[in-house]
Amino acid sequence: MVFHLDKCIGCHTCSVACKNVWTDREGTDYMWWNNVETKPGTGFPTKWEDQESYKGGWKTDGEKLELRSTSKKKIIPNIFHNPSQPSLDDYYEPWTYNYDELFNAPEGDDQPVARPISMITGEPMEIEAGPNWDDDLGGSEVYAANDPNLDVLSDEQQQQMKAIERMVMFYLPRICNHCLNPSCVAACPSGAMYKRGEDGIVLINQDRCRAWRSCISACPYKKTYYNWSTGKSEKCILCFPRLEAGEAPACFHSCVGRIRYLGNVLYDADRIKEAALRPDDELVEAQRDTILDPHDPAVIAAAQASGIPDGVIESAQKSPVYRFAKEWKLGLPLHVEYRTFPMLFYVPPLLPVMSISDGDIVRSDVDELFAEVEKARAPIEYLGKLFSAGNVGKVRYALRKQLAVRIWRRHVTVGDVAEEMAKKALAEADCTPEQADEIYRLSALATWDDRFVIPPFQREMAMEMMTDPHEHRASAGFGSREEPRRS
Amino acid sequence: MNDFIMFGVLPYVVATVFLIVTILRYRTKAFSYSSLSSQFLENQQHFWGSVPFHYGILVVLLGHTLGFLMPEMILSWNAAPLRLMLLEVTGIAFAVLTLVGLANIVLRRLTRPLMREVTTLGDWVVYLLLLVQVLTGIGVAVFHGWGSSWFATNLTPWLWSLVKLSPDVTYVAPLPFLVKLHITNAFLLVGFFPFTRLVHILVVPNPYLWRRTQVVIWNWDRSRLRDVD
Ligand code: SF4
Ligand code: SF4
Repeated sequence: MVFHLDKCIGCHTCSVACKNVWTDREGTDYMWWNNVETKPGTGFPTKWEDQESYKGGWKTDGEKLELRSTSKKKIIPNIFHNPSQPSLDDYYEPWTYNYDELFNAPEGDDQPVARPISMITGEPMEIEAGPNWDDDLGGSEVYAANDPNLDVLSDEQQQQMKAIERMVMFYLPRICNHCLNPSCVAACPSGAMYKRGEDGIVLINQDRCRAWRSCISACPYKKTYYNWSTGKSEKCILCFPRLEAGEAPACFHSCVGRIRYLGNVLYDADRIKEAALRPDDELVEAQRDTILDPHDPAVIAAAQASGIPDGVIESAQKSPVYRFAKEWKLGLPLHVEYRTFPMLFYVPPLLPVMSISDGDIVRSDVDELFAEVEKARAPIEYLGKLFSAGNVGKVRYALRKQLAVRIWRRHVTVGDVAEEMAKKALAEADCTPEQADEIYRLSALATWDDRFVIPPFQREMAMEMMTDPHEHRASAGFGSREEPRRS
Repeated sequence: MNDFIMFGVLPYVVATVFLIVTILRYRTKAFSYSSLSSQFLENQQHFWGSVPFHYGILVVLLGHTLGFLMPEMILSWNAAPLRLMLLEVTGIAFAVLTLVGLANIVLRRLTRPLMREVTTLGDWVVYLLLLVQVLTGIGVAVFHGWGSSWFATNLTPWLWSLVKLSPDVTYVAPLPFLVKLHITNAFLLVGFFPFTRLVHILVVPNPYLWRRTQVVIWNWDRSRLRDVD
């Protein structure tokens, strides 16, 4: 998966599409399998990035990899009460309004009002927080100022970011990353969580989940949620029933900014462990190294030998994810230092959009243009903290390349940039005119078929193996043969 | 006669219900096997309820099990009065710990509106039975002391007679009322067990400790897939 952050308009269509399809049931009311945060901000649940308190993800001393929350050793003393589990207060109490008041109130001097009603107790309540309380820097003194990622900036840089005329923000849509090295799966004591071999989707078997809640603490992205009503954990299932029918997931399909790309990649599972042991600043590259070139005959042969169908190999060759994340090196993983190797890659936002013409004068100096990447309002260290575990070189590379593509396209379409200068910009950004055109095409013009290259999942074949489709449904993270009632 | 029904028949009824219902429930309603944790809705008092309760009851149950499995060992340990005192005091301490936890659990459920939403009739039955069990247990320990010794001499032989399918209630008949109440209530608890959330005890996740870290499941039969084309 790739999310192109420069294109996200923060409309939350994706979140609502997901909510309407999957999480409008009792107990899931507070969940947002897809949510869109404003950065800088504290996000959802509040300060999820603060692993000092939530203890998500992995830690390593260079030799051993260990869960930060309840590893095998620590599950025994902590099973009765999980010390790092977030509670409702860290999310919000879901509510609705008693709309019927508006219609049924007796005639009187005052306008009737619809009061907020808790969706848990059904009683009137005071709203104290919501899933998106800091949208568009709302309440930024409380929220944006507490963004854990600001730690890497100097006081001066922080002040600059807050100054009203330089105020900067961007949107960060988040779903489960369907990680390569999922800490949620590793932490599940019941073995109810698993990664599907065919497509890497991470699921929770509803019949085997026993509400030990370990995954909730262990996922550093807080993308497994506890259903307080059924006593089972639930998470994004990447709309696998849609994928198996050749459709894009609901959030991808509905995305207004068309920022989302979906495709499969071939990777070497044997390299994951070693990669996860590398120091922070090598992690982006280490993860990239696990992804293999689907055009390489050796890779194709190896994939065939391990039973990957040709259709899946073919779609890996056409995958937009491979191009963004590996070939062009534009896609970067969010917080790779958690060492789960998220398979959702973000193209970092160019902030602000840099202008090539200063009034009437067209800039002629490439260095001067690139200097703006460093001077951008969102300090590069901040983006580095989010997207490359502090290795700002990776972010700088992605931003410079995006900028070079713009300069090149300006040359091609408007023509007020000299070819020589445009080519120099491309060369300095490790890009060729052909590649620049492809990046441009996939970023700006891509159609449904370009954005979503869904491998043929051979659903009939998969279902054939299942003795009972209903049982399959429950084991695949959604639904159950029984009424989800507590006993 | 009464004694025979209570201590010679009830145990078998309860054991049968327990076995049949837990197995049936696991096979037909696997979804309902959950600890139904409520930590998500309330995070602080949960600690002071769940943790002392579980640690307390685990140690107390361990004590009972030891008395059942190795009565001689307990008796020889108890031969020295100081060691007997030590064992009794430890037992009472953990029983009190259980009670503190249980009190917190019940209060938490009673006083918090969010908690009431997720508390069912089954939960209340369990809490009531547990309260009676822990209170009578502490009562027995205080008023009919040295239970660790007479458990080994009276109850262990009776329990073994149950196991051997020739119930001999003469061991239990002379025991005081409080002890009999404690025993009967324990069997009621076992009888209700399969209908309540207590079934989570049967699915404690021990395999976690030795399974591989990551779990990958293939739905496709890959060898077949390649052969097809
Ligand atoms: S992002 Fe998804 S796959 Fe990764 S650890 Fe969290 S829940 Fe698991
Ligand atoms: S629908 Fe697309 S553009 Fe809108 S908020 Fe979601 S990711 Fe951003």
